[in-house]
Amino acid sequence: MRRRLQAWALPALVILGLMGGWELGVRLAEIPAYTLPAPSRIASTLWANFGSLAGSWWVTVKITGGALLLACAGGVLIAGAFALSPTLERALFPVAVVLQVTPIVAVAPLILIYVESTTAALLLCAWIVAFFPILSNTVIGLRAADANLRELFRLYRASPWQRLRLLRLPAAMPYFLAGLKISGGLSLIGAVTAEMVAGAAGRDTGLASRILEASFRTDTPRMFAALTLLVLTGVLIFALLNALSRWLLGPWHASESRGPF
Amino acid sequence: MREPLIRLQQAHKQFDTGLHALADVSLAVAGGEFVALLGPSGCGKSTVLRLVAGLETATAGQVQSPALTSDAADATAFVFQDATLMPWATVFDNVWLPLRLQGRSRSDATVAVKAVLARVGLTEFEQAFPAQLSGGMKMRASIARALVTRPRVLLMDEPFAALDDITRQALNADLLHWWRADDGAPEMAVMFVTHSVAEAVFLSQRVLVMAARPGRIVAEVRVDEPHPRASAFRHSGSFSQTCRVLGEALAAAHAAPAGSSAGRA
Repeated sequence: MRRRLQAWALPALVILGLMGGWELGVRLAEIPAYTLPAPSRIASTLWANFGSLAGSWWVTVKITGGALLLACAGGVLIAGAFALSPTLERALFPVAVVLQVTPIVAVAPLILIYVESTTAALLLCAWIVAFFPILSNTVIGLRAADANLRELFRLYRASPWQRLRLLRLPAAMPYFLAGLKISGGLSLIGAVTAEMVAGAAGRDTGLASRILEASFRTDTPRMFAALTLLVLTGVLIFALLNALSRWLLGPWHASESRGPF
Repeated sequence: MREPLIRLQQAHKQFDTGLHALADVSLAVAGGEFVALLGPSGCGKSTVLRLVAGLETATAGQVQSPALTSDAADATAFVFQDATLMPWATVFDNVWLPLRLQGRSRSDATVAVKAVLARVGLTEFEQAFPAQLSGGMKMRASIARALVTRPRVLLMDEPFAALDDITRQALNADLLHWWRADDGAPEMAVMFVTHSVAEAVFLSQRVLVMAARPGRIVAEVRVDEPHPRASAFRHSGSFSQTCRVLGEALAAAHAAPAGSSAGRA
């Protein structure tokens, strides 16, 4: 119980302290809100603009979630194909690396030209950023099964499908989940970056567009309000994926065991 | 000896690395026989088991075993030095695995799995994960997995080497029960690799002594004590006498250069 309290209370105290210091600093130094709004001002802006920001937030969340789902599907399927065919892996892995190392900000304008639907273009951009950690971790994980267990499967003449389903996929699970945690954050980054580049105005655009709009009007508190929603979204994704990982690995994997170090 | 179930004839094994693991190994094991392979680390004991299991192929010579000829993929079972359980699966699911790989559903396999878990004393732990078990219990689960298919050949590669002495002796006694269990299963031949002289003598009917570089059989010693054996056997004169003979054979093998003729005690 005490351990859990510490796990929550300590970071909460640190964040409260930072906010308090920020609030106090802004008030004491009389910094104008268009330069740096105090947390209280950000909160009130968020409250006042919640209707329009929530709509944009939902757009960003949909792109992020969609990209993450596609990254899971794509990463796992490609990794599975690589596991079954080393030739395929040798042929295609460099392509995946090229996709990964190319800065998305630089490619996004091209994608927006080639792909007609803006939503599809945004999804594609976020996917490119997000899928690689899942792919590369799952590829390693699929090879990580214990050597003796592999021999046991050979001894009992397991089919390739049985080997994949009963041995390689479960053995890859901790690796996949570690990749998923990274990809969760990256898909949000990818979505926001693509939205920034797309720069579309209008109703059905994401939080990045709200930030751009607000910056054109030097509406700093509104920028911060949108930013706050993005930060909370990122934290939420992180928490959800951590919970998923604990749920799936808790009973058996050392990384999620609650024992002392 | 009856028609052997397992036979190696002048088997050689050289790995791609150039390591000469086995040279001119010939042996025969009858159905239902308990044979120990005794020798220092790196003498090729494990390689012999792997040849018998079909996990390696001999570079030269002949190997016959049910794993290579039988249509039934579950005629041979292997127990490793590590329990080698799937950490993500419960004890029940781990023991179910060999049957599952032969296409038997959970409900179809339940009776067999529960029976073998009861035999090894893990009934209460069938829903536990390996991480929740002690070393000895993990090894019991591993042996249960090997026994669940009622194999004709059980290959054991230093299964108890990592366990404490008390657990080890308890498992030695239990293993003899499992080997000779009167449960209608076919007779099971056991090839048991160990570097413990006492363990080899307590368990087996015949001990093959191996020497290293290259791995070869240098002596064969019969242990005439009838089964079932009680733990009192460990304190008998014949036990220490056999241990002494084996100890000398091991020492001689260590001193003798490779290629010298194999003595048979």
